[in-house]
Amino acid sequence: MAIRKSGWAKAWPPMAVLAGLLACWQAAVTWGKVDKWLLPSPLAIVQEAIQIWPRLMEHTEATVQLTLLGFAGGSAVGFVLAALLHLIPGFRSAVYPLLVLSQNVPIIAIAPILTMLLGYGLLPKVLLVTVVCFFPITVAMLSGLSSPDAQLRHYFQMIGIGKWQLFWRLELPHAIVHLFSGLKISASYSVLSAIVAEWLGTNKGLGAFMLISFKGFMPDRGYAAVFIIVTLSLTLFGLIVLAERIVIRWQPVKEVE
Amino acid sequence: MSDKASIHAMTTLQVRGIRKSFGKRAARKEVLGGLSLSVADGEFVSIVGPSGSGKTTLFKVIGGLEQPSEGEIWVEGKQTTGERGHISYMPQQSALLPWQSVAGNIELSLAISGLDRKAAKLKTKEWLERIGLDDYADAYPHMLSGGMLQRVSFLRALLAPQRLMLLDEPFGALDALTRLQMQQWLMSIWDQNRRSVLLVTHSIEEALFLSDRIIVLSASPAVVLEEFVVPFERPRSEALWTNPLFNELKQQIYELLKAGGKEANE
Repeated sequence: MAIRKSGWAKAWPPMAVLAGLLACWQAAVTWGKVDKWLLPSPLAIVQEAIQIWPRLMEHTEATVQLTLLGFAGGSAVGFVLAALLHLIPGFRSAVYPLLVLSQNVPIIAIAPILTMLLGYGLLPKVLLVTVVCFFPITVAMLSGLSSPDAQLRHYFQMIGIGKWQLFWRLELPHAIVHLFSGLKISASYSVLSAIVAEWLGTNKGLGAFMLISFKGFMPDRGYAAVFIIVTLSLTLFGLIVLAERIVIRWQPVKEVE
Repeated sequence: MSDKASIHAMTTLQVRGIRKSFGKRAARKEVLGGLSLSVADGEFVSIVGPSGSGKTTLFKVIGGLEQPSEGEIWVEGKQTTGERGHISYMPQQSALLPWQSVAGNIELSLAISGLDRKAAKLKTKEWLERIGLDDYADAYPHMLSGGMLQRVSFLRALLAPQRLMLLDEPFGALDALTRLQMQQWLMSIWDQNRRSVLLVTHSIEEALFLSDRIIVLSASPAVVLEEFVVPFERPRSEALWTNPLFNELKQQIYELLKAGGKEANE
């Protein structure tokens, strides 16, 4: 009970603000301050969404698939890369700057190249999401792997731990906390980059649907897609937070009695 | 349990003429200046010395983390200079993994020290019960007090299969009262499982209360200034603190440390 109460206490202020904003939006459109073809009212968006619900869900399914594949791929690549950079001497200093460089190439520029090389299938899109997702995970993991408590490291070295055991027993578990902060960032990135990937040569997915709707002067459909995208992003983020709580149970969080 | 008769039968640790310098050329500084000492099987030896006398470096050399510039380390009759895994160790901070339970921490360290998983598990359970900590077996370290943590840390070192235990100022971070309690507790546990101990401490009283022998080091570069055999019978009690001989020894060691520290400063 105590947890629920405090959860509710935390949740209601932002929800009230959100409800207030939606009400203002609705009022602005209803009383003619904003043109309907430019910005439809929230109620109109919801009505339109209900009408085209099955089609909307089809597109959502495609986007979810792309997001999850890309996110999983990005997480795996990010994780393995961080471990390699950490474990192979000299690798980190040689490769890390290049990784940072890779992040400065805009994805809008990478996308056509991937399409050119790999065609219009699922693969280039998944790759695009992966490219965007791996980086925050690698960076977070690396800082976790190299920062365990010096006392712990010294203790385990004194009792004769090997390099691999040190990695599995100390560095990796310590990096898990950091890993989750990387996963959270990547989760948000993955949905957004999936949307961008769908702008390129496909007619499936919320990204494509959004583009077609706006171009076809059906902004209510476009905004319906935006609502779903936001929900997806929040859901994925929430799932990561939940997973974090389950995995890192040992942490000295506030004791609930 | 090893008996008292065998105490001098075998040396567990021999430190032979260890020298260690850091830095190059003009900036070269000698920390250990030809240090020799030994710990017999089942013997409790303490090292006291002014701060900065290279005790940490000495432990690193014995543990194989640092290669000495000169000299040899022998553990249980084998040369182990620069090799790791021949000792068990208790640091000043308990150094328990925060994501492992108390029992999990002990088991893991025992496994790293060369015990097989099953034996480690059994031994951990048995000893946690024996020292009355079985209620804490599944607790995470952050739930325990400083004194409790050091008990776990000591037990972890005690159960390792290596004969030699290095204790690095194990009670340095505790408050005075907890410290006294811990000394007596340590004594009572050690009496049940006599291992060879090399203890580094800043407290002369602690060294006198716990040890069979005390080695006094000079300021850096560290050499052995003098050795004291501590003549008190075991088991020892708090009554020892008012013993005139106890205080006389304490005074002697204190004077020695003071003089040694001065020499090095000049």
